[in-house]
Amino acid sequence: MKLQEIIDSLSLKVENPSADLNREVKGAYVSDMLSDVMGNAKDGFLWITIQVHINTIAVASLKNLSGIILVNSRVPAEDTLKKAIEENIPIMTTPLPAFDLVGMLYSLGLRCR
Amino acid sequence: MPVEFRADLHIHTCLSPCSELTMTPKRIVERAASLGINIMAVCDHNTVEHVELTSTIAKKKGIRVIAGIEINSSEEVHILGLFGELTDAFKMQAIVYEHLQPGENDEDAFGMQVLVNENEEVLGFNKRLLIGATDLSVNRIAELIHSFNGLAIASHIDREGFGIIGQLGFIPEGVKFDALEISYRTSREKAETLYGLYSHIPWITSSDAHRLEDIGRKTTGFLMGHSTFEELRLALRGAEGRKVIF
Repeated sequence: MKLQEIIDSLSLKVENPSADLNREVKGAYVSDMLSDVMGNAKDGFLWITIQVHINTIAVASLKNLSGIILVNSRVPAEDTLKKAIEENIPIMTTPLPAFDLVGMLYSLGLRCR
Repeated sequence: MPVEFRADLHIHTCLSPCSELTMTPKRIVERAASLGINIMAVCDHNTVEHVELTSTIAKKKGIRVIAGIEINSSEEVHILGLFGELTDAFKMQAIVYEHLQPGENDEDAFGMQVLVNENEEVLGFNKRLLIGATDLSVNRIAELIHSFNGLAIASHIDREGFGIIGQLGFIPEGVKFDALEISYRTSREKAETLYGLYSHIPWITSSDAHRLEDIGRKTTGFLMGHSTFEELRLALRGAEGRKVIF
């Protein structure tokens, strides 16, 4: 599934529209501990979190994630957004809590395997 | 001539909700004295309200108390702030209180936050949600600590929960820590294998005691001229013949 389709289906706001939104999303992972994401997220996964720290971008690059969705109306920190633009990592935001958002992603067919 | 002082720079009192009620300043000082500890930092969660009393009691035993606070960042990373002046510690506390997540402490869920006097009589309870997180980022907390002439130390970096590496994956380059704390859980040898990447930052180890019997389970040696805060700063920098022994 393309990232853009997910953005449209769930009305996500893209914080850095210059990033590549045509990437293939291969699955999704939910966690607020970056070390956990480093250990368990897989190539092409979307990452759902409330973490807005700049280190998220490094983790997303390292794991070649297709994007980050910040839930609960969280917005990326200024330096995080700047780094996301530089590293071409799409950051999306939503007022939904993680539980609801993940349920919708699951309904769209995304899995964590 | 510099001499070696034993320091336990991370001790909680009964003001921290997760500490045992026996962690009164009086008993903490007695225990530290019996172990030959020369310097200790009182670092309760998000508060400094037991520092002054502990310091007063400790003076009689010849122990130096450093004003400390363990601040919980917005990323749920614990950071120790150590200060040379109590007034600076209170300035830091005021900002922490302003940014602490709202709500009252639930004693059944988190434990009591007891303020006592020199004779262990209860003076009252801190009602704030001291176990909670602030909305201040790691970077901002380090900046604030430094703005009050304090030392910023990343707590128990070997702990998955509330340690900076567990929460943030790695230590961000932009944050200027004066030291990293390795907890009692990890030996120096093991820490060198795991955290060699961060050997340019000084390391200390301390007890993070929440119970009397845990005080001094790990201590750091400081080779210094006197047991003062400014000497600690020099030792962490390795300046003027001062150094850290861990």
